[in-house]
Formats: sequence, structure tokens, C-alpha cells
Amino acid sequence: MAKEMLKGNIAIAEAAVRAGVEAYFGYPITPQTELLEHMSKRMIELQRVFLQAESEVAAINMVYGAACTGVRVMTSSSSPGFSLMQEGLSYIAGSDLPCVVVDVMRGGPGLGNILPSQGDYFQITRSAGHGDYHPIVLAPSSVQEAIDLTTLAFDLADQYRHIVIVAADGLIGQMMEPAELPPMQSVRTNRPDWALTGADGRQPNSIASFYLKAEEEEAFNQKIQNRLHEIRDAEQRFVEYYTDDCELLVVGYGSAGRIALSAVQTARDNGIKVGLFRPLTLWPFPEKRLSELTDMIGACLVVEMSAGQMIEDVRLATGGQIPVGFYGRMGGVIPMPDEILQAITTHCRQLKHGEGAFTPLERVNS
Amino acid sequence: MQTEFIFAGFGGQGIMFAGQVLAYAGMDAGLESTWIPSYGPEMRGGTAHCCVVLADRPIGSPVVRNPQVAVVFNNPSFEKYESNVTTGGLLVYNSSLITLSPTRDTVEFLPVPASAIADELGSMRLTNMVMLGAAISSRPVLDLEDIKHALEEHLPAHRRDLLQANFKALERGMECAVKPVLTR
Repeated sequence: MAKEMLKGNIAIAEAAVRAGVEAYFGYPITPQTELLEHMSKRMIELQRVFLQAESEVAAINMVYGAACTGVRVMTSSSSPGFSLMQEGLSYIAGSDLPCVVVDVMRGGPGLGNILPSQGDYFQITRSAGHGDYHPIVLAPSSVQEAIDLTTLAFDLADQYRHIVIVAADGLIGQMMEPAELPPMQSVRTNRPDWALTGADGRQPNSIASFYLKAEEEEAFNQKIQNRLHEIRDAEQRFVEYYTDDCELLVVGYGSAGRIALSAVQTARDNGIKVGLFRPLTLWPFPEKRLSELTDMIGACLVVEMSAGQMIEDVRLATGGQIPVGFYGRMGGVIPMPDEILQAITTHCRQLKHGEGAFTPLERVNS
Repeated sequence: MQTEFIFAGFGGQGIMFAGQVLAYAGMDAGLESTWIPSYGPEMRGGTAHCCVVLADRPIGSPVVRNPQVAVVFNNPSFEKYESNVTTGGLLVYNSSLITLSPTRDTVEFLPVPASAIADELGSMRLTNMVMLGAAISSRPVLDLEDIKHALEEHLPAHRRDLLQANFKALERGMECAVKPVLTR
């Protein structure tokens, strides 16, 4: 198929349609609304389920119900709406069900604003709801990646019987750029053996998220933990640039990652030995590769559209062996390449002249 | 090479579509190309804008703070973007509607009587293509043919009857861009 000029939100929706999503439930919220709009048209055309719920709380519980029947199901929202889904997500995790949730992040906390942000990192990667689990979290930095990762999200959800979150932001949702959609997959007709499909001629299945006995709940938790361990081993994904000979490694994901790439390219043009590490999975965080790279670099500079959340994972992965600096903008402000370039230059200068006395700049905001 | 454009004006002046046509044309010409609308609080205040970036390597930010080219359709946009255009950049303005005068001497200004030309061509809806034609001939990152092709591909079905008129509007815009006026 040829490349088309696609808006991120619409690209995600169409990718989900082509991945064979059978049911979509959602509630409009900027900067994600075009996703729901596209679904309202396409799902009806294809005689699949589209339902605009009365709230995000209702939408996620509809997802819960549909997931019980073994269909590919999704919802999408933006930060405040995603917060409302926490309880439902936890119940879905507690019931061992697969689903795909898209969060097109915006400025917060609270009602915040509708501009791009990455302030939901903690909330999304740590658990997205109460209890001991992590969703798989995928972070696109372009419209093409938004398509590819949405397709992957459905496959991973089914493979692991797990929640997969596509964590985009207002920039990815609202922008148009050339991208190629995959061919249409046919909707799956067979259902998993655990699904609630009407127990005609077989023993009934039961799906619930409660175990009254502590030992049973612990055994269920152990099952989740074993699966998370497997996911952590198999699914760490990232893209790296100029890492062969870099002294400073910039780490950024999503929009911050793509903007950082501009700065890194300019720095390279100026002869600065800097590379970029861009996680595609936020959970599992690509710690194995980052840990390997730690032995080859002098310092990291984390760039985020937040006060610094992923930086904690970078610190864990680098194990305190190298300084980890930070540059971020908050509240919907987009960091520009020249600001990141300035942060790169400052960090490289410190690395060169500090001779071990490197003090990472926690913030170099103007 | 990276060229950044901002199109700005009132809602309904075809700002978003002019930017999209440019972005499509960039894609068709094999360039990296991004388009992003203003969707934040500023769009609620009377002006709408979109940013288009064309480049020969991956584009970092689709949002632009200091564009090389600003194409402005009304007074509020002129006021806002005159100061934002990068030094040595170009400000194309719809002189049929804009009553303000340039104040910077480090930016090129190109007045285009776009609404008057569009009116002459039979539809005010053509204003945006007159402006795009003027902008693209002053900063020739793409050929007129690329733009025409993009229009042909992407003009909505219910506006197909305006295709030739849109071509004409582009050409009339290009004729305005003989020599941009430097300084005030």
C-alpha cells in the first residue's frame, strides 16, 4: 500500500480496525476525539460494535465485559479520562483479560489542558489501577509507529492475555505525516477456550477478579508475576541512533524522543559524540540494552515532556554507574530542538571538563 | 534542508487546507512532511493556524516556534507572526484584509491582494490558494506542478468543480511574488 498523509488519531483508529478490533467503547476527549470519530464511522460501516459510552468509567467497564467474550476490544482516551478508567483496568487485570487502551496524553494534573504531555508515565507504567501488575506500554513517536504499535498491541494482548496501552500524546494524535497502513485482517472467528461464549455443550467458564482466600489470591498474583517475568524477558523494544561511538546518550520516548533526534542530528553535524536511545516499550522498560550501553558511555541525558518520570527507569537501568541528567518541559509545553541541543552541549562540556566531578543538571529550562 | 511554514487566519479562510495541500505536495515530492493544526486554546480566540514542515531528513518537532515562512490572512495573525518569523524569513500577507504595516527590517514582506484576486476569480474560497501560490514561488521548495498534483489528489469530491479555478488561483498568487518587498 502507498503512503498517505494520515493524522495520528485516525491512523491509530484505522490500524485497530485493520487489526480486527470487534468492539470499541469510548467517550470523546481532546486531543483524542478524532480516534473515536473515525471509529464511529468505520465500525458501523463494517457492522462491528461502536458505542459512545456515558463516561470513561462506563467505557472501560464495557471493554471489561466485551473482553470476557474473547473478542478484540479497545477504548481510547486522554489523561483525565484515562484516570477515570483506573478501577476498570485493575478489574480487567484481576480477571486476566486482554484489551487495548490508547492514552493520548495531555497536560495535567487535574483538568489541565489539551496540549501534548508525557505526564502519565508513572500512572501507566507502574500499574494503571490498584494491585500488583503492569500493563504492557507501547510509545509511538510518529504516525507510522502509532500504526505499527497499535497492530502489535492487539497481538501482544492476545498472546499474553494482558492489557496493552498505547501511550501517545497530543502531538502524535493531532499531527499528519506520511504513513502506510497495513492490509485489513479478517476478524477472528474462533474464541479462546476461557471466553464466555455461552456454555453450550461444555462446562461453564467463570471470569472474576476476586479470590476471597489469601492463598488463592496469592497464587493468582504469582501467575501474573510469572507472566510479567516472561514479558520482561521477551518484549523489551527500543530504537537507537549513533550509539557506536557516543559519549553522551540522550534517552527520550514518543514525541520527546523524535524532537530529541533533531537535536542529536544537529549535534552530530557539529561533531558532538552524542547518541539517542528511544524506548518503544515503556513497560517493560528496555533496561537490558540500556544497561549494556552504560559501559560504553559517559553520561545519560533524559528528555521528557514531564517533570522527569522515565528518568527513574533510566537510573535503575544504569545502576548509578554514570551521571543521569534531565531536560524536560511540563504542562503541555513542547521542548524545541534548540533547547535540547543546548542541554546536550552543556552536558557534554561538563562531561569533558568535569573529569569525574560531573554534576548532572537536573534542569536547564530557560 | 528544512523549511517551516505557518499558515494563520480566521477559521473558514481555508488555512488548514492550504497547509495540508503543501504537506501532501511535499510528501508526493519525496520529502519528509508534517502538518499539525492549532488545537489548543489559541484556536478558540478567533485565529486558527497550522504548521507545515518539509525536510530532507526526519522531522523532529512538527510544531514550529520561529518559522521561515508565515502566511497570514488577517490582522491578528499578522500581529502575532510578524514577530515570530525567523530572521531572514518571509511573511506573506493578505493585503486585501490586513491593514497593519510591517515593523521589522530583518524579514521579507510580500503583500498579496489575495481576497481581491479570489473575488475576481469568482470565489472567496480561492483566497488560500492565491496565498499558497505566492508563498511557494517566493520560497521554491516545491514546484507549482507538485502543488497542482496534490490539489488534484486531495480536493474534496464536492469541490472538484473548483479544481481549475484553484489552479488559476495558485498561478495568480505566483505572479504576485516577483520580488518580495524588503523591510518597511
